[in-house]
Amino acid sequence: MSRRTLGRIGWNALGLFVFLVIIFPVYWMISTAFKEGQNVLADTPQFWPHPATLSNFDDAIHRQYFWDVVRNSLIIVTVVVSLSLVLAFLAALALAKFQFYGRGAFIVLILGVQMVPLNALIIPLYIQLSRAGLVNELTGVIITYLTFVLPFTVWTLRGFMLGIPRDLEEAAMVDGSSRFGAFVRILLPLIAPGMVATSIFAFIQAWNEYLIAYVLLNDAQKQTITVWLADFTTQRGTDWGPLMAAATLTALPVVVFFLLVHQKIAAGLTAGAVRG
Amino acid sequence: MSSGPGGETGFPASAVAAAGPHVARRRPRAVGERTLHALAPYLLLAPAALVIIAVLGYPLYLVGRLSFEQFGLAELITKKGTWIGLDNYSRLFHDRQFWTVLLRTIVFTVVTVGLTMTFGTLIGLLLMKLGRFMRLLLSTGLVLVWATPVVVAVNIFRWMVDYEFGVLNWTLTELHLGDFLNKDWFADPKTGFAVIIALIVWGAIPFVAIMVYAGLSQVPAELLEAAEIDGARRWRAFKDITFPLLLPIFVILTSLSIIWDFQVFNQVWLMRGSEPEESYWLMSVYSFIEAFKLGEYGFGAAIAVVMVGIMFLATFVYLRQMIRMGETR
Repeated sequence: MSRRTLGRIGWNALGLFVFLVIIFPVYWMISTAFKEGQNVLADTPQFWPHPATLSNFDDAIHRQYFWDVVRNSLIIVTVVVSLSLVLAFLAALALAKFQFYGRGAFIVLILGVQMVPLNALIIPLYIQLSRAGLVNELTGVIITYLTFVLPFTVWTLRGFMLGIPRDLEEAAMVDGSSRFGAFVRILLPLIAPGMVATSIFAFIQAWNEYLIAYVLLNDAQKQTITVWLADFTTQRGTDWGPLMAAATLTALPVVVFFLLVHQKIAAGLTAGAVRG
Repeated sequence: MSSGPGGETGFPASAVAAAGPHVARRRPRAVGERTLHALAPYLLLAPAALVIIAVLGYPLYLVGRLSFEQFGLAELITKKGTWIGLDNYSRLFHDRQFWTVLLRTIVFTVVTVGLTMTFGTLIGLLLMKLGRFMRLLLSTGLVLVWATPVVVAVNIFRWMVDYEFGVLNWTLTELHLGDFLNKDWFADPKTGFAVIIALIVWGAIPFVAIMVYAGLSQVPAELLEAAEIDGARRWRAFKDITFPLLLPIFVILTSLSIIWDFQVFNQVWLMRGSEPEESYWLMSVYSFIEAFKLGEYGFGAAIAVVMVGIMFLATFVYLRQMIRMGETR
């Protein structure tokens, strides 16, 4: 074998090793979720769930408030995603396709805002929302999430829009389309994948968020799935099997969506970051 | 890295207007269009800007004001704080705990960012070397990790280092690295933080690796080939072509990591069952406990303001670079 082939095999072996190490925690969560009680608590860990059981999942979804928190999370996520998409699209259009006074200031605003730690804002947000009577209301959480996903979605969508060659639009203009016509027929279809990717980023952010929901939503019935999952532990000791099943269920929607679009997000990110 | 003429504003409206034979009749419309065109970006930006300013700008102002106020539980009910000037800050700077927590947070951030960038970059480089299948496999694994919610990840790691049945304890013992059976990792903040840092680095590696890989794969192959034909050595090609192209990405990734790691809260909070011991406090935990557990909102706000200040200083380069990018295009 040539040195080159050997080298290739070596790199791929290393790649496999890194893959196994990195994926192990996720695997461990899923395999624990399918184990029977006595196999979860085994002195020598059982690496493959045998016999496999669904009882942990059954336990998890029948825990108190499970369906309440799923519903709350879905409501929050749906509203945040749709609103952020519309607002971010308009703003990104302005940033990508127009040169105007104050553009730099706005860019500073959306980038600077991302640097402000959530923890610095949770205190005033709590006070502000409690004055407005929005503590313990989904609305307060929705407004807050919306603001936190907006800067990123604007920036990413702008990256996608910059990726569209200007010539295409100009060609449409020469053909006699109006600016709006060019926009609808050329820009919109091209930007659609970016919209999908961005909206799923917003989905993930809103679905995964913990701190704001934890502070702003007090009633167990009004909480989101992440807060519910965090409480799962402290309620009564630690019941690892059902807990891992609940964790799997919490992660599932996010993971599925993320796998669908991650490539587009990465592309959009670098388009925004590298293009100078 | 600038490209394209700076002042492009879409289509030259005047040229379009002048093209037709009925110039005089069309002029008013063209002027109206031009006004609309000038206003358009502002109209498009307005909704997003309004939301950001209302929900982030105002609280940002409020946190600043609170930090100069005596604002406790009583004030939460009366809805009005008392101005006390710099008292919160002077109390903070005379508090030994503050300096301990600050130092701990800085060390924590440096270690976490260092490990994240190192492993992330190495895996990004590794992705370049892999065959097609292996690359797909590894990047899918990375994405799975990336997508895992923090609350879920915390629970997985808590389970893996469980006192009695942790798989990590078992593995390390089997590998003869010591006796880890019935080891309570959190009894000692050093090993406790090792677990927390491992959790954070694990979660942050995918982002860095994928971005570095994306950056590397954008380096044009023709450019490298041309350099080779010119007789340039490999490291020279790396230094003159690959590195400059990657540099902005590095600056961005490092800055973002600093921003994220300096304000870590969830991982510590949840790992310690929502009641972290004092030896586990980071800046954000400190601020949160002062405000929400002890009801000292004003003092908590002062800590938060100090945090923001430190982060702005630490990531100044990042901000400048991003602004420059925004400006040139």
